Amino acid sequence: MFLSRPARIALKIFTWLAFAVLYIPLLVVLASSFNDSNSFTWPPKVWSLQWWRRVMRWPGFTVKIWNAIKIDALRESLFTSLKVALFATLVALLLGSLAAFAVHRFAFFGRSTLSLLVVLPIALPGIVTGLALNQAFRRIGLDFGVTTIVVAHATFCIVIVYNNLTARLKRMQPSLEEASSDLGASGVQTFRYVTFPLIRSALLAGGLLSFALSFDEIVVTTFTSGAGTRTLPQWILDNLSRPKQAPVVNVVAVMVIVLSIIPVYFAQRLTDQDPGAAGR
Amino acid sequence: MTYVVGSERNQQRNTMSKRVARFGFRHPKLKLGGLVTGPVLWLVLAYIGSLAALLIAAFWRIDGFTTKLVHDWNLGNFRELWRRSVYRTIAVRTVGVAVAVTVIDMLIAVPMAFTMAKIMKPTRRRMAVVGVLMPLWSSYLVKSYAWRTIFIKGGVLDWVGLASPGFGISATVVLLSYLWLPYMILPIYAGFERLPNSLLEASADLGGKTLRTFRSVTLPMIKPSIIAGSIFTFSLTLGDYIAVNIVGGKSQFLGNTVYANFGSANNLPLAAALSTIPVVVMVVYLTSIRRSGALENL
Repeated sequence: MFLSRPARIALKIFTWLAFAVLYIPLLVVLASSFNDSNSFTWPPKVWSLQWWRRVMRWPGFTVKIWNAIKIDALRESLFTSLKVALFATLVALLLGSLAAFAVHRFAFFGRSTLSLLVVLPIALPGIVTGLALNQAFRRIGLDFGVTTIVVAHATFCIVIVYNNLTARLKRMQPSLEEASSDLGASGVQTFRYVTFPLIRSALLAGGLLSFALSFDEIVVTTFTSGAGTRTLPQWILDNLSRPKQAPVVNVVAVMVIVLSIIPVYFAQRLTDQDPGAAGR
Repeated sequence: MTYVVGSERNQQRNTMSKRVARFGFRHPKLKLGGLVTGPVLWLVLAYIGSLAALLIAAFWRIDGFTTKLVHDWNLGNFRELWRRSVYRTIAVRTVGVAVAVTVIDMLIAVPMAFTMAKIMKPTRRRMAVVGVLMPLWSSYLVKSYAWRTIFIKGGVLDWVGLASPGFGISATVVLLSYLWLPYMILPIYAGFERLPNSLLEASADLGGKTLRTFRSVTLPMIKPSIIAGSIFTFSLTLGDYIAVNIVGGKSQFLGNTVYANFGSANNLPLAAALSTIPVVVMVVYLTSIRRSGALENL
């Protein structure tokens, strides 16, 4: 190999330390969710389940899983967030793949401008995007609500899908598609049986990342949501500023972290399974 | 292209789709148009249009007495930004913090991503990637408040015995570096994964020591990935106003100045003028790195 043993050990120790730093705040959240006190005191002196009980009821036979969350506003905002993230991801998947295919397959005037245009919404600070869209929606006279948040989120999610797909398309061999046409498949058949299976995992990885991005977004959301709609991050922000409610947020955070293991795990397994796909 | 193989049923079922495909094949310009129209319309109408409208609003003003928006063109807002040293201080402070956060994240992410991609065993590597992705899924707000618990007087840092710097610029730099670190690690990790081991071995065989190999082989190859990561850390820092409010103490940053002018001060033109600062910084940065191929590595 190309590194000496001490250098490798030093790098490994450094990496483990960095991972520890990444996870310490999450552990603080976990510990705080069991802290009996309603202020953020450290270390927790009395441990209790009272905050957990305030958020959840044990789902029995009579209670549906969805109703295991006691707080109505929390349930609603969670539903709003899931809805927004889902629709924003679908729009991003559609527009991102169209742009990726256009830029990869064709040479045309303004091609490099298009690839810069796609990147811009994520490269410009969220507060600028939020403020600009807020003013535009207001001037058109749109009702602020789920639709406006979806439009805003989709705009900066397009680049995630676009980049994942462009990276995959670059690594794909054109010979596979050529072989398919040579064997008599139509363009649609080639797409369905050859191209799509090859790009599926890139679409999934891009889709999941944009879902995560939308689900956790707060800056652009603040500017594009109406008075009646609240996403989960907005609910969290509201409750963090209320001293008596703040510890409840720790419980919700732990729940979201635990639930997020499922999509991350499956995404990782799927990208591992198909050959030629690596990382994101 | 004209040899048609396959069962007749298959052919019949696909006549419509075949017709579409043939049409697309014969008219590449229309096919391109079909692909490009949607994304371009969305981005230009929804995004560029709104940005332009915001820029225009920067040239308007607020009537001092009625606090209503007056649509007469003037450079008053920009003059105000230039004249009052507060804004200059805020702009310099924000860009300075963005640079610091980017450099810190680079220094942590490069060795970390290298270890993950080149030293860890494949099974561990998978775990490590999940380990980097997981914090991205846990709420940004909750992580920020966790750092509040860490930095606060009598918080985790004091409990461990390290003196906490308290709330302020250094706490902000730490929190923002923490929050954006995964965005830096992921593209660099992908870059290292694409870097063939044989190149590093060749360099070692030719007598290159570790540092020389790093400087002459590794760094040039992963430079686009590092720049891609820096776009995230830089732009996310320039626009942040929530994390700054949580641990920043009394320090003002561009993000919360824009927010305050938009919200409580209700001075949209000044907020619009202020937000041109991060836009100009980012556009200059993006055009200067456009040739490096970093934009494809985001």
